[in-house]
Amino acid sequence: MSDQLTTTTDVTLKIDGFEVTVPKGTLVIRAAEKLGIQIPRFCDHPLLAPAGACRQCLVDISINGRAFPKPQASCTIPVENGMEVKTQLTSTVADKAQKGIMELLLINHPLDCPVCDKGGECPLQNQAMSNGNGQSRYEGVKRTFEKPVAISSQVLLDRERCVLCARCTRFSEQIAGDPFITLNERGALQQVGIYEKEPFDSYYSGNTVQICPVGALTGATYRFRARPFDLVSNPSACEHCASGCAMRTDVRRGKTLRRLAGDDPTVNEEWNCDKGRWAFKYESARNRITTPYIRDESGVLREASWPEALSEAAKLLLNAKSAAVLMGGRATLEDAYGYSKFARIALQTNDIDFRARLNSNEEREFLANARPNATYKDIDDADHVVLISFEPEDESPIVFLRILKAVTKRKLAVTVISPIKSRGTEKLKANFISASAGFELKAIEKVDGLTNRSVILIGERALETEGLLSSVEQLATSKGAKLGWIPRRAGEVAALTAGAIGNLLPGLRPVQDAKARVDVQTVWGINQLPTKTGKSTDEILKDSDVILLGGVDANDISSSAKSQLSNKKIIAMDIRFGTSTEVAHVILPVASVVEKNGTFLDWQGKPRSFESAVESLNRSDVRILSMLADEMKRPINLPTVKAAANEIAQFDKWEKSTSNWHVSGTNTENLNLGPTEAILNSWRLLLDRGSLQEGEDNLAGTARKTIIGLNRTKAEKLNLVEGELVKISADSVSISAPLKIVETEENIVWVPRNSTGAQLVSKFSKPSGIKVSVSKA
Amino acid sequence: MSSANFTSEQITKMDQIIARYPRSRSAVMPLLHYVQSIFGYVTDEGIEFIGKKLDLATAEVNAVASFYTQYKRKPVGEYHIGICTNTLCAVMGGDAIYSALKDQIGSEHDGVSADGKVSLEHIECNAACDYAPVMMVNWEFYDNQTVESAKEFVEKARTGNPPAPTRGPKKLRTWKENSEVLAGFSDGLANEGISAGKASLLGLSKMKNSGNN
Amino acid sequence: MSKLVSVLTSNWEKSDSFTISGYQRDGGYKALEKALKMKPDEVIQLVKDSGLRGRGGAGFPTGNKWGFIPQGDNKEHYLVVNADESEPGTCKDTPLLMANPHVLIEGIIIASYAIRANHAFIYIRGEIVHVVRRVQQAIEDAYKTKLLGKNILGSGFDLELTLHAGAGAYICGEETALLDSLEGFRGQPRLRPPFPAIAGLYAKPTVVNNVESIASVPAIIDNGVAWFTSMGTEKSKGFTLYSLSGHVKNPGQIEAPLGITLRELLEIAGGIRAGHKLKFWTPGGSSTPIFTDQHLDIPLDYEGVAAAGSMLGTKALQIFDETTCIVRAVLRWTEFYKHESCGKCTPCREGTWWLVQALADLEAGRGSEADLDKLLDLCDNIAGRSFCALADGAAAPIISSLKYFRAEYLQHLQNGGCPFDPVAATLFQGSLT
Repeated sequence: MSDQLTTTTDVTLKIDGFEVTVPKGTLVIRAAEKLGIQIPRFCDHPLLAPAGACRQCLVDISINGRAFPKPQASCTIPVENGMEVKTQLTSTVADKAQKGIMELLLINHPLDCPVCDKGGECPLQNQAMSNGNGQSRYEGVKRTFEKPVAISSQVLLDRERCVLCARCTRFSEQIAGDPFITLNERGALQQVGIYEKEPFDSYYSGNTVQICPVGALTGATYRFRARPFDLVSNPSACEHCASGCAMRTDVRRGKTLRRLAGDDPTVNEEWNCDKGRWAFKYESARNRITTPYIRDESGVLREASWPEALSEAAKLLLNAKSAAVLMGGRATLEDAYGYSKFARIALQTNDIDFRARLNSNEEREFLANARPNATYKDIDDADHVVLISFEPEDESPIVFLRILKAVTKRKLAVTVISPIKSRGTEKLKANFISASAGFELKAIEKVDGLTNRSVILIGERALETEGLLSSVEQLATSKGAKLGWIPRRAGEVAALTAGAIGNLLPGLRPVQDAKARVDVQTVWGINQLPTKTGKSTDEILKDSDVILLGGVDANDISSSAKSQLSNKKIIAMDIRFGTSTEVAHVILPVASVVEKNGTFLDWQGKPRSFESAVESLNRSDVRILSMLADEMKRPINLPTVKAAANEIAQFDKWEKSTSNWHVSGTNTENLNLGPTEAILNSWRLLLDRGSLQEGEDNLAGTARKTIIGLNRTKAEKLNLVEGELVKISADSVSISAPLKIVETEENIVWVPRNSTGAQLVSKFSKPSGIKVSVSKA
Repeated sequence: MSSANFTSEQITKMDQIIARYPRSRSAVMPLLHYVQSIFGYVTDEGIEFIGKKLDLATAEVNAVASFYTQYKRKPVGEYHIGICTNTLCAVMGGDAIYSALKDQIGSEHDGVSADGKVSLEHIECNAACDYAPVMMVNWEFYDNQTVESAKEFVEKARTGNPPAPTRGPKKLRTWKENSEVLAGFSDGLANEGISAGKASLLGLSKMKNSGNN
Repeated sequence: MSKLVSVLTSNWEKSDSFTISGYQRDGGYKALEKALKMKPDEVIQLVKDSGLRGRGGAGFPTGNKWGFIPQGDNKEHYLVVNADESEPGTCKDTPLLMANPHVLIEGIIIASYAIRANHAFIYIRGEIVHVVRRVQQAIEDAYKTKLLGKNILGSGFDLELTLHAGAGAYICGEETALLDSLEGFRGQPRLRPPFPAIAGLYAKPTVVNNVESIASVPAIIDNGVAWFTSMGTEKSKGFTLYSLSGHVKNPGQIEAPLGITLRELLEIAGGIRAGHKLKFWTPGGSSTPIFTDQHLDIPLDYEGVAAAGSMLGTKALQIFDETTCIVRAVLRWTEFYKHESCGKCTPCREGTWWLVQALADLEAGRGSEADLDKLLDLCDNIAGRSFCALADGAAAPIISSLKYFRAEYLQHLQNGGCPFDPVAATLFQGSLT
C-alpha cells in the first residue's frame, strides 16, 4: 500500500498552515490525520488500496507554489516536499467541493436512519452533519432497489443505502481473496452484488459489514436488534483459535449482541473471521450450566449448593487412588495456571494434560523442548513460508490472511504439504506437495529454498505422523528458519506456558529438572513438588480413577474416551452440559469468556488480555479451583484471576531444553491398499460442528459442505462420478457424502473432520492415516 | 457447471480466443461475444463456463458482462435494431423513427417482437453522424434513415428478407453470426460492400472536383 | 479548394482501398520499409519533430508519449490503439478503418518498432461489425504477407497484433478504462499515477494512441517532417479529419490542415441546409463547450478553439440550425452521459442522475429562473470533482448552453414547455405521416 511504504526518507509539508513531517509515500489524508485534521471520507481505508471513488476527501493542493487546477482526492495523493494542502478548514473551494459531494451522495440515500442498524455510528450520518449542507436541493426521484438482498445466510444488502465506495468489494478481492461480491451494472445503476447462484461464502465476509461506511451491508443476526448507543463496548480477545484476534464485544443489558474485529496492527490488523465475529451465542445457550450438580446414588443429577458440591468434589479427589486433571484447549492462561498448580498442590501429582484431543508423546516432548519462535512479523518479512499439517484458512484464519497479504503484495513463495489442494492453497498460489497423513516425511525432503528468513508453520495435526514434529524441528534448526507451532485452540499455548502438562511446570520448566522445581517451589512457597513425570491424556484415561475435567469434550479425544470416562469418578468444570457432564459425579459451572477476565496467548506467545464484558455470577475456573483446594485443605491461594496473573509474572521463561528428544519416523510403512481402499485424511473446517458454533444458524449457512474427496483417477477406477453419494467405511462404521474430485494422490480420501455427517474423531479409531474402503453409498 | 452444453468445436474456439492474449483474463470480453454467438445472449451457463475456463469467480465474469451494453442477459431478435437517439440523430429524426418502430414492433426498450424476428433498442452515438439519422441492425450500418425506410426494414425482416446494410455485406447476417465476428472469428465477408459512403468522401471529392492535386 | 488535403482519405474512393493489394498498389507499407531501416529512437525523434499531436481529443504530442516509454527496462512494452470511437459527433476513425485499415496497421508496426513493443492491440468499439471485419481481414492479410509476426521484412523485428472488440461502453475511450477493459475487467478508469507509459497494460509500459494519430505516422515517415509541418498552424501541425454532421447540406469527412475555420468547412459542405441558419455547434464532440454563429472564424486548431473557450477535441462538428431546441439537445446529451457514466465516482454517477431530472423539468417548463442558477452550481459541484473527464464533458454542454442561450431556457419556463416543433428539425420534415 502506497501509504505504508517503509522508507528512511521523510517528507515535510504544510496542511492548513501547520507543518508536518511524515514518511515518503504517506497519503495526504493520512498526514492530515497526524495533525488531527479530519478530512471526510468514505472509500478510503488504510488497509485497502486507494480508490479515489467517493471524492469526499477533496482538498486544494499546491506544490512549491504551483496549484493543482482543481481539488484533489487526498486519499490518493502521496505527500511531497513543498506541498501545501488546504482542507475544508482553510479553503472555500475544498469546503464547497466536499459539501457538493455530500449533497450528491445523499440525493439517492434513503432517509431511513431511524430503522437502520448503522444509525448512530454511521460515517455517512456523521459526516453529513460535520461536512454537509443542512438541507438538500434535490427534489427528484430517489433510486430504489428491492431490499434487502441476502448475499449469504449471514450478510444482507440494502443497495439503496450503498454509496458505492467499493470497500467491501476491494476487501473481498484484495484482502480475503474471495471475489464473490462485485460491482455490477454501470453508472447510476451500479450496485454491489453477487452472482445469483454463488453466495458470498467467504470466511471473512463479516469484515465487509464492519467496514461498510453506511448501512448497506448488515449482519443477519444483528439486524434490527439494537441501537449502537444502547451498547457498551468492551475490548476483548477471540477465544476461537490461536490467531489471537483483538476483538470488541458489544453488550446490552448483560447480553452480547455482536462482536467486531479489534485493531491490532501486529496481529489481526483490523480483520477477523466470521467464526470469531458471529459465534458467541453458546455463552447464553439454553444448555448453560448455572448451578453445581451432584449425581445421586440412582445416577440422576441433582442441583447442589456450592458448599455441598465443593465438599463432594474434595472428598472424591482426596479419596482417589490416582487423581488427575484433563483440560480442554480453551482455558485462559490464568485458569490453566490454576489447573497446573491445583494438580501439583491439591492432587500432589504431575498427572495433568491440556491436550484433551489427539496427542502423542513425541508431541509432548516437542512442546517441552522445541522453542517455536515465528511471529506474524516473520511472515511479513519471510522469503518462503512452508505449511505442514496446517491449513491456515480453516485452522487459523488470520495467519492465512497474513500469508495471503504477502503473497498478494510481494509474491511471497509458499509451499504447502497437505493431503489435498485446498481452496486456501490455491489462493496462496502455493507450491503444493500432496502427502497423506503418515507420509509427510518424504514430502519434507522435497522442500527446498529454505533460509534464515524462511518460516515453517506446523499445525497441531503434525502429531498424527510419528517423527514429523521431530523432523520439522530439525529441518528448521538446520536451515536457521523460523518455526511456528499453531494449535487450533486459543488456550493451548497458554496452557503449555502454565505447565498444564505432565512433563512441564510453569514457565516451560521441566518436571525432571531439580533447579526448575526449586524455582516453582520458591514462588509457591512450598518445600516439595511431585517429581515423577505426569501421565499423558491417554494414560490418564486408562489409569486414573478420579479425573477433574476442565472444559473437556470427550468427542475431541477419541471414539472411546467417553466410555473410558464413564468408568471413573469425574468432576466436570464447564460452561455447558455436554459429554463431560454426562459422565460427571460433580459438576461445577464456570464463567464463559465474556464473563471473566483473563489472557490468551496466541500462537506467537503474545498475551491477549481481556476484561469481562458482561456482569455475571459465574466465576473463572481459577477461582473455583482455589475454593476447591481450600475445601481439600491444600490451598493454592489463587482467589482471583489477578492473583494468578501476578503469580505467573514471577516466572521468567526457561530457555534451556534438551536436544535428544527427537523421534525418528518411518517413511516406508506400507498399508497394502486394495483397489477399493484409500488412506483417510481430514482436518477441521473453520465452520463445522464445533461446539462453540452451536445455535449459529446464519453462520452455519456459509459452512463448506461435507464432501468425500478423491482424485479423478481414483474416482474413475471406482466408477464414481462427482456429486454422487459415496461411502467410506472402516472399523464397521461408515459415513457418506457427495463425491468431490480434488487435487490429491490416488491413495488419499479426504473428508472434513468435524462437519455434519462426518464427525470422524468420535467415529473412527483415528481421523487420519487409517485405511478405509470407498464405494458407492 | 460442466462443459456438457458446449461442443468440442466450441471449446476449441474458446481456447483460440484465450490464446490471443498474454493473460487469459483478457479473453473475457471476446468469450462473452462468443457466448452470444451461441445462445443469442449471455446465458448463465455461458458466464459459468467462462469463469471456469479463465479461473475466475462467476461473480467476476458477471460483473464484467453487466457493465457493457452490448451483452444481453435475455434473448434479442434475430435482427436487433438500434436507433440512435443521441442528440444529433434524435433531432434529425431518430426520435421519430424510434417511436414509430416501437409502435410497429409493440415492444419496449430491449424488447423482442412477438415472432422473435426483431427487437428494438435506442442506442447512443454510433460514429456515423454524417449519415444521420442512423439505424444499426445487428451492428451493421443503415444510413440516412427515414421513418418509412425503417418501418420497411422491419416488415421485410419479419418475412426473413431484410434489406442489406448501407455500408456492409451484401446480405444482412443474423445477430448470432455477427456476434461471432465480434468474438474475433472472420466470416469472410470483409471484402463485400463499399469502401466509403458518399459522406465519407465529401472532402476528397470536393478537392478532386476543384482540380487540386 | 486550396485548403483541402488528401492523405488519410487519398484512396477512399477506390473500391479496393481496404484490401492489402489495393493499399500496396498505392504505395502502402513503403513507409514501414523506411522506418525499419531507421533506429527506433530516430523514429521517435522524427515523430516528435513533426509535432504530431494526439487526434483522439486531448492533443498530447504523440512523439513525446512514445518517448516516455522507459527503454532497456527488460519489460514487455505494449502499443494499444484506441479505436473505441464513441464521443457523440465523432465519426472519423470508423470510415477511416472501413476504407483503409492497412494504414493503421502500417502505423502500428512503425510505432511498435519505435517503442520496442512486440505485441500491439487494437481496441475497437463493438458496435461497428463491418469495420471489425475489415480490420480483421487486414490483420490476417498482413500476417500472410509477413508484415506481422516474426522478423518483419527481414528486420528482425517481431510483432503480434490482436484485435479486441469492445462491447458498448463510452468510458472505454478513456485510456485507463480501456486498459482495464482490455485486461478483462469492468471498464472503469484507473488511478493515475502510475501513467500507462510506466504501468499500462498488464502493468507494463504502454502507449495508448488514437487511430488517426497512428494512421498519420506512415505519411510522416514517407514525406518527412518538413512536409508535415508545412501544414497546419504554429503549434498544431499537419492535417486532420474534420467531421461535419447535422443541419448542413452535405455532411461528411473533410481532410484539411489544422486551423481551417467552420466558415470554410461549411462552404465545402454546401452550407447550412437550405432556408435555415446556424444556431450552435460543437467543435469537437458533445464534451466540448458549444459554439454559436459568433465562432465561424475561429481557427480550428488546438490553441484557437481553446482560446475561444472550448476544445478541439475530436474535431466532430455537429451543426444545429435554428429549428433545434437547445434544452432538448443538452438534455439528450446529458442522458447520454448518465447512461455512460461508469459509476465509479460520486459526482459523475449521482450528478448525471440529478442533471437529467433537472433538465427534464426545465424542458417541460417546470421551475423558475433560480433553477438555472442551481443547475450551474450543480455543474460546478460535478465538473472538476470527478475521477475522470467524463463528468467534465457532461457539464460542458450545460454550462456553455446557459452561457449562450439562457433566454431560451427561460422561454421554456415562460411557455410552460418547449416552444419548438421537433418535426421542423428533422431531415425529413414534412414527410412524416
